[in-house]
Amino acid sequence: MTYLAKPRLHHPSLTVNKVGYTRRDYEGKNSTLCAGCGHDSISAAIIQACWELDIEPHRVAKLSGIGCSSKTPDYFLGASHGFNTVHGRMPSVLTGANLANRGLLYLGISGDGDSASIGLGQFAHAMRRAVRMVYIVEDNGVYGLTKGQFSATADRGSKSKKGAINSDNPVDMIGMALQLGASYVARGFSGDKAQLVPLIKGAIGHGGAAFIDVISPCIAFNNHAGSTKCYDYVREHNEAMNRLDFITPRSEITTDYAPGEVVEVVQHDGRTLRLRKLHDSYDPTDRLAAMNHVQTHQARGEVATGLLYVDPDASDLHAALNTSANPLNALGNRELCPGAAELAKLNAALRC
Amino acid sequence: MKRIEAVNDFVIKFANVNGSGSSSANELFAKAILRMGVPVSPRNIFPSNIQGLPTWYEVRVCEKGYLGRRGGVDMLVAMNPQTWDADVAELEPGGYLFYDSTRPLPPSKFRTDIHVIGMPLTDICNAVYTDPRQRQLFKNIIYVGALSVLLGVDGEVFEALFAAQYKGKEKLFDSNLRALQLGRDFAREHLEAPLGIQVRRADMVGERIFVDGNSAAALGCVYGGATVAAWYPITPSSSVAEAFQKYCSRFRIDPATGQHKFAIVQAEDELASIGMVVGAGWNGARAFTATSGPGVSLMTEFIGLAYFAEIPATIINVQRGGPSTGMPTRTQQADILSCAYASHGDTKHVLLFPEDPHECFEHAAAALDLADRLQTPVFVMTDLDIGMNQRLCKPFQWDDARHYDRGKVMTAEELEAGKDFGRYKDVDGDGIAWRTLPGTHPTLGSYFTRGTTRDAYARYSERGSDYVYNAQRLLKKFRTAADLVPQPVLRPATRKTRLGVIYFGSTSPAMHEALDVLNDAGIHLDALRLRAFPFPQVVSQFLADHEEVFVVEQNRDAQMRSLLVNELEVDPARLVPALHYDGTPITARFITDAITQHVHAEAVMPKRKVKKNRLKEHAA
Repeated sequence: MTYLAKPRLHHPSLTVNKVGYTRRDYEGKNSTLCAGCGHDSISAAIIQACWELDIEPHRVAKLSGIGCSSKTPDYFLGASHGFNTVHGRMPSVLTGANLANRGLLYLGISGDGDSASIGLGQFAHAMRRAVRMVYIVEDNGVYGLTKGQFSATADRGSKSKKGAINSDNPVDMIGMALQLGASYVARGFSGDKAQLVPLIKGAIGHGGAAFIDVISPCIAFNNHAGSTKCYDYVREHNEAMNRLDFITPRSEITTDYAPGEVVEVVQHDGRTLRLRKLHDSYDPTDRLAAMNHVQTHQARGEVATGLLYVDPDASDLHAALNTSANPLNALGNRELCPGAAELAKLNAALRC
Repeated sequence: MKRIEAVNDFVIKFANVNGSGSSSANELFAKAILRMGVPVSPRNIFPSNIQGLPTWYEVRVCEKGYLGRRGGVDMLVAMNPQTWDADVAELEPGGYLFYDSTRPLPPSKFRTDIHVIGMPLTDICNAVYTDPRQRQLFKNIIYVGALSVLLGVDGEVFEALFAAQYKGKEKLFDSNLRALQLGRDFAREHLEAPLGIQVRRADMVGERIFVDGNSAAALGCVYGGATVAAWYPITPSSSVAEAFQKYCSRFRIDPATGQHKFAIVQAEDELASIGMVVGAGWNGARAFTATSGPGVSLMTEFIGLAYFAEIPATIINVQRGGPSTGMPTRTQQADILSCAYASHGDTKHVLLFPEDPHECFEHAAAALDLADRLQTPVFVMTDLDIGMNQRLCKPFQWDDARHYDRGKVMTAEELEAGKDFGRYKDVDGDGIAWRTLPGTHPTLGSYFTRGTTRDAYARYSERGSDYVYNAQRLLKKFRTAADLVPQPVLRPATRKTRLGVIYFGSTSPAMHEALDVLNDAGIHLDALRLRAFPFPQVVSQFLADHEEVFVVEQNRDAQMRSLLVNELEVDPARLVPALHYDGTPITARFITDAITQHVHAEAVMPKRKVKKNRLKEHAA
């Protein structure tokens, strides 16, 4: 971490986006994580994505659980409300917040301990319920704040910093998300910002539950030889399924692609996701094929990254519950209270 | 042989098999007596089971209007061979046993000091109906018909009840009325009527309504403006959420758009339920969950977060017998301490204690206001006895001039005008800080909510002085709460007395009856009904004004007494526990006996000796 305060003054030449903010306006407090932590790269990618999408910071609600990853919402989007909840329970709090006000963008930040160990149940049920959110797991396979214990996503046979070998099978969060009905499933790598930023942008524009597993090596406790979540291992085994270009209506399309090379997906927010295929047979709109494909790579020891699955017509919990377009937290007495006359009728019906 | 003789004052108990359709017939019986203008208080005594196990329905008929469980049974309707022996043994001498005489029973199955009325119910049903399900269901209606003749209940009241129940369903109306008539005719022709216990028309019901507390609490949530409900099914609370769904479908669907002005989520567990409530409360929607003791145990981490991060949450705890799975279908008031101090660290929570469905409605709506005003969890501490039984109570009331108290929420305009925003800063001297809702202002008023310590401006801080400032402010806020919660209700004795009694919740009807009985016996007590924790000043005053105060409650460990001793620093020796905790609702007889015994013991023995004995008991 750094002790140097961020300068308050912005450079006058900083570019302003459509809603009048510079990239700096999307920053938060100084990070207290270790220098070089992958999580800080993810925060930077979130900042970049929000700035590029012209999102007003105060229209974002950031929620997290407990752990290194869950601290990060304090380090980006300082003008957004944030909520550091309890360990493993961010999804339920986010679900409630989302029900209260459907007008905000919900960003759930979690880690592999928070979501795959203590919070596995809440992760699963948030996916099942199709809560509209960007759910990012900053996945390093290790407990950082308590100094290096294995987490539930640590691969079997992976070695801890102290030399212990993990004998448990890993929880496959991508596989679970696909199976449980998440309608946008991606995996990124904190060391590849060019890939990660469009993945986050695609998730923000998605109409249902968007899940991104970001492999984010822990440089303090899990960046050694023998670990499958260290920078070297992930770089060597990273198998990108596709490259995502995020096309907003204003951006020009400059490259020509050969037929069959590209899949275009128009999402909920009207924006187009253009996917350049890196694997011929890969169709990211086919859930079953995606599950199969990801598992196949996993079995080979490869880390499949990219946009693994997307359902462009996804809907969310509000659609299922048919909740009012006007956010529930904006409704007052007039809309909510049936009044004394109705109560008199009820009383009459309850008399024998 | 002695025969119990009573008009409008007796207890009749139905022994049935769970799932046999008896409950609606028994409810019909209770409502028929209400239609005669005579108060009744029915209670379901049911197992944790869907079909096959024994279930009972106990109806107390009482013109004087005592609605507590009386204890003792004057008439038994024995429809369950499984429990025959125990049921028959429970009858008061001179009481009445009504049974299905289709199959002959040996004389050893009967008592000689009771009156036996046999009716071949199965034979009658088999002769009239061919469908097995109809045989079963109408058997219940037939016995209700027979009972109505035996007890002197007018036939017309049933017609009116059926008409209301089967509005637009002519076939059902006809078939039910026919079954009832079948029972009435048989009784008139073959049974010896009337019995010594009789129902006679009176005018003692008035404008009161007949409703269960869970429905009432749900309706209170609708009126109180709850929009988000997250819950996990647990007996005896599930019907709160189900009733909320029912009332929302009626009152909260926009007629123009069909859109719902509510969101109900059946969560995966209680942790998620309370998590959703906390999330919604943080984001400015009124939210509640309904649960019971085991659910509260699971929720405690979140309750601590909501206390410390100061987030409104309403929790309706329909208490059952604990600990652990305990007695899921029996009643207790045994979650008082676990709710008052839920979660680790120094915590205290607001508890409300409704006495009946009327107050379940009131307190549920009040809890939503209090939670917003105080920015903290508020518990509505009802129980199975109130929650799952229909009870005669005052009609619900709502003043259209009443507006929701949303508490201290700073607006964009106020922020814009330069109002200082310190999320955890006490600017008004009441311990309650201002909050902002997410999305309020582009640059002002955002903050990071967390369960870790922070300074008055919500910045992370582990400084001792910041921690103490916050902890003290929370205490001050709790003192503010004591003035805002429903205040205790005093029922003074008919003459000056050194004795007091404190009670709360579902104990009310039994207590009121006991106070009358004790008064008649020359034992005078000032009675204070607690309606909330924290305790308002008048509670301390009441304790100071009496040498001895009985604390009547439905748990083993005298939890309310502990709370009084702990919070008000009163000498424990002056608080005499009267504890009922076998899972059945407390009775006036129990309270009367407990208080009488203590008063008599003191009259015989000097007070100091009594104290010594109590100490010995504790040591043992």
